[in-house]
Amino acid sequence: MLETLKLRIYQGEQFIKDIENAPMRSQFRGFPKLNSDVDITPCKGVCPTGALNTENLSIDMGKCTFCGACANACKAVEFTNEYKLASTNREKLIVTPETTFEEFRKTAFEVREEIHRIFGRSLKLRQVSAGGCNGCEMELNACSNVNFDMGRFGIDFVASPRHADGIVITGPITENMAYALEDCYKSTPDPKIVILCGACAISGGVFQNSEKLNREFLEKYPIDLYIPGCPVHPLTFINAILCYGATHVGTSELN
Amino acid sequence: MNWIITENNKPVNLQDIPCLDINDLRKEIIEIKKRVVGFFGDKVFDGVKLYVVLADDEEGKLYISSSFFGADKKSYESITKTLPAFHMFEREFFEQYGIEPLGHPWLKPVRDHKKEYPFFEIKGEEIHQVGVGPIHAGVIEPGHFRFMCNGEKVYDLEIRLGYQNRGVEDLFVQNPTNQLAESVCGDSVIAYNLAYSRAMEALAGIQISNRAQLIRLIALEMERAAIHIGDLGAIAGDTAYQMGAAIFGATRTLVINSLLEICGSRFGRGLIRVGGVNFDISQELAENILKTLEKVGDDVKRTTTTMLKSPTVISRLERTGVVSFENAKALGLVGPAGRASGVELDTRFDFPDKWFLDKDDKKFKAAGDVYSRTRIRYKEIMQSLSLIRKFMKMLPDFEGEALYISCTNALASDKFVVSMTEGWRGEVVQTFITDNDGKITRCKIKDPSFNNWYGLAMAVRNNGISDFPLCNKSFNLSYCGNDL
Repeated sequence: MLETLKLRIYQGEQFIKDIENAPMRSQFRGFPKLNSDVDITPCKGVCPTGALNTENLSIDMGKCTFCGACANACKAVEFTNEYKLASTNREKLIVTPETTFEEFRKTAFEVREEIHRIFGRSLKLRQVSAGGCNGCEMELNACSNVNFDMGRFGIDFVASPRHADGIVITGPITENMAYALEDCYKSTPDPKIVILCGACAISGGVFQNSEKLNREFLEKYPIDLYIPGCPVHPLTFINAILCYGATHVGTSELN
Repeated sequence: MNWIITENNKPVNLQDIPCLDINDLRKEIIEIKKRVVGFFGDKVFDGVKLYVVLADDEEGKLYISSSFFGADKKSYESITKTLPAFHMFEREFFEQYGIEPLGHPWLKPVRDHKKEYPFFEIKGEEIHQVGVGPIHAGVIEPGHFRFMCNGEKVYDLEIRLGYQNRGVEDLFVQNPTNQLAESVCGDSVIAYNLAYSRAMEALAGIQISNRAQLIRLIALEMERAAIHIGDLGAIAGDTAYQMGAAIFGATRTLVINSLLEICGSRFGRGLIRVGGVNFDISQELAENILKTLEKVGDDVKRTTTTMLKSPTVISRLERTGVVSFENAKALGLVGPAGRASGVELDTRFDFPDKWFLDKDDKKFKAAGDVYSRTRIRYKEIMQSLSLIRKFMKMLPDFEGEALYISCTNALASDKFVVSMTEGWRGEVVQTFITDNDGKITRCKIKDPSFNNWYGLAMAVRNNGISDFPLCNKSFNLSYCGNDL
């Protein structure tokens, strides 16, 4: 028992206090910066998911795996370490040479009025892995660990869709998961939100050309939030949710 | 000659692979007593070619042979009846090519959900079924578990998978990329990308620099340490030892953030490419990482020691979910799950590799229970950390070497290459076949989970159903690696 207590004291506080302004290591590949003055030719054909459009220079963050292959090939693309990448609008994820990060952030979120009212103080989510490689799943689990501690903002993953306010989808949505996903969506009480988490969920990612996918779900039901990444970093996820719904349960209120 | 003998990552000519009658091949497989690592088909213009790859772990050799099924030949006598380790392989071959192993005791779908899945049922007044999944309570991948229980006691568990099937093997034929390799199984990014890159390099005939090889192996061991630490946390969480869960979680963060410092991704994405690596480890970064990992080592040691002294933890772990050595061997379990039952397989040391020479020969008391699977994680974390130290110290010897060798050569034509890498979960096996233009025509991937899922089903027999999560965490198998 004494050992246990000593260990507890030795560990101290592990959580990130200000999650909205948490520093990110410089090596992290986040929001892309494009430069149309540089020759793009070496970048042609290097993008594994077709996120980089070399004809009409742009990067679609919804397809991008942030692998850095284009940045390695030429100087026209550079990845900053900005991690707030989410948007409520699919189109906004397409970054052109004119889009600055500040510009992107200003227009990234258009949230329905009722969202703040209903989910402003607490948001319970049901996660569905529909062909996810376990990368996004591990990062979503990390959101609840002692470092990121998402629960302090009233955001949690719950065991049943019946207890949830919304679902978080990871993976490209395989044919074999299409039914279960729809079932889960229908089991979630209204009003509810749908969040697409990661390149696979948003666009199919590296699996977009697979014959084993069935992405009809996305045409049938409205999508509320797109969170890019491969996998999505916990800071990207938590900040996306905070911006989306629980804006007034930010760290400022806790401090 | 019934077999062609080769090594890990050493391509052979397709036409040099012997082609036997299936009855002779079957007899050979049973007599030669080697371990199966590949048993899969490939469509040839007038039928199906069956390839068999067996491993000789003592000699570090691979035995390859094949058999041909013409359009009129639709069945053969099952090997599983004699060698249970073939069980999943034969099911998969049947599902993909429609050639039936006659007398197979458990011929059910593997990934195909169009066919009805006949679950095993036990009938009786006291017997009830518990169905779990495909969507589970936690944030994990999908799979369906069907328990046949008497009260709390599990008589049988049947696991139905395939929900994650993304058609990865076909995608490798369409457009093979490092990014695809990284996404086959997102918790084994380095292991998968390494196996893929080594196979491509072997086919293209390029030799990468020592420095690049070392950086790859440092990442491989960091991945192993990180996941094992996370798993110790998960085991602690499932025994309601919350402090363990919290500390191991925070400790794992230190390791994956070190990976982020190397390559910009917490899971090592973007680090490895065919021809070498994209990122260097500078002397300064190496020292910083070593300092961090020293703290990691201390914390893991201290926390594990404290945790495993706690009687409430021990009573949950010991003699829970036992897989005997005999069962583990017969089912062909690999990786830490196998080693915890006394099956000493580790492709790093079993197959010739100049970087992994001295296999740790300290005796491990393998009892096959959750406790052993916990202890083996701890042992391997320590081993990985010491390997990282060793590799980091070797880096300055290869200062200035090219990180990356441009790989523009076409792949060699008409080849067959088997690439094995010991990921944290066990051996990741990738086999590639090229045609006469040097294009990949067949890719076969075998995740260690493909062998081990049945081990989990065996482990929970006669245990309380409430111990299932604990057994599950102690194996921590991959759904997407199995489903592909």
